[in-house]
Amino acid sequence: MVKFNRFTLDNGLRVIVHEDNTTPMAVLNILYDVGARDEDPEQTGFAHLFEHLMFGGSVNIPVYDEPLQRVGGENNAFTSNDITNYYITLPSANLETAFWLESDRMLSLAFSEKSLEVQRNVVIEEFKQRYLNQPYGDVWLKLRPLVYKTHPYRWATIGKTIKHIEDAKIEDVKAFFKKHYNPQNAIMVVGGNVTTEQVKELSEKWFGAIPAGEKYHRDLPQEPEQTEARRETVTAKVPLNDVYIAFQMGARTDADYYAVELLSDVLSRGNSSRLYKSLIKEKQIFSEVHAYITGSLDKGMFVLEGKPLDGISIEQGEAALWEELEKIKAEEIPADELTKVQNKTESTMIFSEMSLLDKAMNLASFELLGDADLINHETAKYLAVSAGQVKEQANKLFREDNSSTLIYLAEK
Amino acid sequence: MINRQLAPEFRAIDNISLIRPQHLQLDNGVNIFCFNSGDQELVRIEWIFSNLTFDPAKPLLNMAVNSMLTDGTTTLTAAQIADKIDFYGAFLQVDYGYENSQVTLYSLNKHLHHTLPVIADILNNSIFPEKELETFKRNQQQKLQVSLQKNDVVARRAFNRAVYGSTIFGYAAEMGDYQTLQQDDMLAHYKKMYQPANCTIVIAGKIESETLTLLTDTFDKSWPNTSEIGVTIQPDIKAATDLFYFTEKPEALQSAIRIGTPIINRSHADFQPLQVLNTVLGGYFGSRLMANIREDKGYTYGIGSGLASFKQVGSFFIATEVGADVCKLAVAEIEKEINTLKTELVPEEELSLVRNYMLGSLLGSLENVFSHADKFKSIYFAGLDYDYYDRYTTTVKNITSDKLIQLANTYFNFDQFYKVIVGKY
Repeated sequence: MVKFNRFTLDNGLRVIVHEDNTTPMAVLNILYDVGARDEDPEQTGFAHLFEHLMFGGSVNIPVYDEPLQRVGGENNAFTSNDITNYYITLPSANLETAFWLESDRMLSLAFSEKSLEVQRNVVIEEFKQRYLNQPYGDVWLKLRPLVYKTHPYRWATIGKTIKHIEDAKIEDVKAFFKKHYNPQNAIMVVGGNVTTEQVKELSEKWFGAIPAGEKYHRDLPQEPEQTEARRETVTAKVPLNDVYIAFQMGARTDADYYAVELLSDVLSRGNSSRLYKSLIKEKQIFSEVHAYITGSLDKGMFVLEGKPLDGISIEQGEAALWEELEKIKAEEIPADELTKVQNKTESTMIFSEMSLLDKAMNLASFELLGDADLINHETAKYLAVSAGQVKEQANKLFREDNSSTLIYLAEK
Repeated sequence: MINRQLAPEFRAIDNISLIRPQHLQLDNGVNIFCFNSGDQELVRIEWIFSNLTFDPAKPLLNMAVNSMLTDGTTTLTAAQIADKIDFYGAFLQVDYGYENSQVTLYSLNKHLHHTLPVIADILNNSIFPEKELETFKRNQQQKLQVSLQKNDVVARRAFNRAVYGSTIFGYAAEMGDYQTLQQDDMLAHYKKMYQPANCTIVIAGKIESETLTLLTDTFDKSWPNTSEIGVTIQPDIKAATDLFYFTEKPEALQSAIRIGTPIINRSHADFQPLQVLNTVLGGYFGSRLMANIREDKGYTYGIGSGLASFKQVGSFFIATEVGADVCKLAVAEIEKEINTLKTELVPEEELSLVRNYMLGSLLGSLENVFSHADKFKSIYFAGLDYDYYDRYTTTVKNITSDKLIQLANTYFNFDQFYKVIVGKY
């Protein structure tokens, strides 16, 4: 059970307070309701580049990191296809410094040309390090446009190409800030050794006067249902062949979501999972095999991946994956197997309560989904899933005409 | 109207309190350290064993025996072990380290009577089945092929080999090494290493009296020492004579750089002062290396430096991946930053920032009871006591710029550093 209090400032900023006096620390987490899906198709990678620029100084504070480090704090941020999330952890005695820094950059950035130039380079190096200079690093650059034809999920958060990052202009940065970075589009969670009274006072003091800005109305082109099998084969400088099969699935807020997540757990969570036991240990088809879901706010992806062993062809690898999928479509999973993945989900929830930062981030995410209190009802939803529902989802998802297959062939 | 240009007042951290363990020893020689705290009804239990002496002819034994502990016992198959652990929502991990290897169980307290017997079985009756061993070898070799295509991995391997020589610390597995693994050797190694007298148990979480009784019942009388412990001392380290290692990758977009040197370890009086110097140079986001090479030049997504400390050796290293076309420039900037530490005093303003950052970071690293147990392990296995942390905070609060410049001149000689480049240069 994660307890919290909640209030909204006049400018629309939603604030959640989680008091936890077992720690001498505090966390301030701000989620901005903007991600790569909100980008212009000709300016992809922008939400993430923008995240970097948030550290390039704000209107009244020339540098962001230094004053925070001076009070013993640390911070970081990440961008996904759906959201951009910033967090600070610091000794709770110095909580006000976090309010000062975060409120100033919500008020306005410094918009420095030098910062833009340097962060463009840093992000280009990040692009190379994570996506281009690693074996299989470009998988999301290839798989996303195969699975999505219309929705902006067809590009990765890093962007479609380095060119889009090189072309970013300071005017674009300003426009993006105005459109997305205002109190109405943000959710703030303050947790740790704090009181709700104190957080109310500090929120009013530092964030209260920030103009509400205009509300961003999201109207994204939705992905139509897939009706044909898709396939792409690439030959690359990779050491081993690799098979990816992605299926379109529902959104995070769909009622079916919980059954689909348990379906991926049955297939691939831990060494007792079906794919591991059958395809790595028994049949010895793959050296590695995984199944996972993206959990996206709009239509998501259910992904299978496996690296076939030497002497196993791509066709054999694919056939082995499909055989497991057909099996789970045909037969209900036994009660014990369902209980197993449900127990695992339940204990994972309890373990995640050991981390203050995780709790703060989760509260913000659930508030974005509609209500922070969902965090306390998640486990029950997984426990309510039946074997029949898991089978139903398997049949709904695992169809040839809902599949996108990406093959890496190792260049010999 | 608030003045947004003015930073709020802040307080320095003066008091960091660590939870110390309760200690008990069982008749079979096992030492148990208990950290009891927290609201969640769960525990983390670690069984930690000293590795046996590294054998260059059978270099993978310590690692492979640890990795395969979950692959079958006289009564349970690998699949049954996984089923049992997962069914009760628990997490079972095996981890190989240079000095120690361990088994870790995360479990809800209410399921411990189901999960602990699995661990007892693993520690008493592992058999390393032939078929599982073949699978292990094959899969490890495939994973190695992927790792060897990553420039940062190749650089780390070359660096460790140079700095630590042909020891357990410097060893990096080659494809052919997996063929040296034999079931008989593994069983013999297991018997000499996974014995109560070579085990330390660390338990952290909500420890009720039943929890502790269950733990001691399972790992006392029913876990006898059945064999002599093998030798756990590692031979002396002899670093390589060549200082420069370049692996060319003509199509690389980025080059991995690793630069550093053997250095004193945690037990030396200069170690904590060196940690401050390391932080100034490359130990945090605002460090000099980051400020210069990422935030000013934009050569990299990230650069950092660190200190590694083992019982008999330590090392200092700088690691980054930079644009292939600016690799030489980046190395020159690294050299410049090292030399600046030797010639110019660290300004008081920067030093005070680093002080506060380090103390805040220590406080922040104590997130929950598991972190308190981790702090204990760092000192216990290095043969140190809790004074270490008192000295740490005293050092961080009081160190002077004069001391830092003196340390830089004692320990940092860029010309004598090992330098590894993988990519283009």
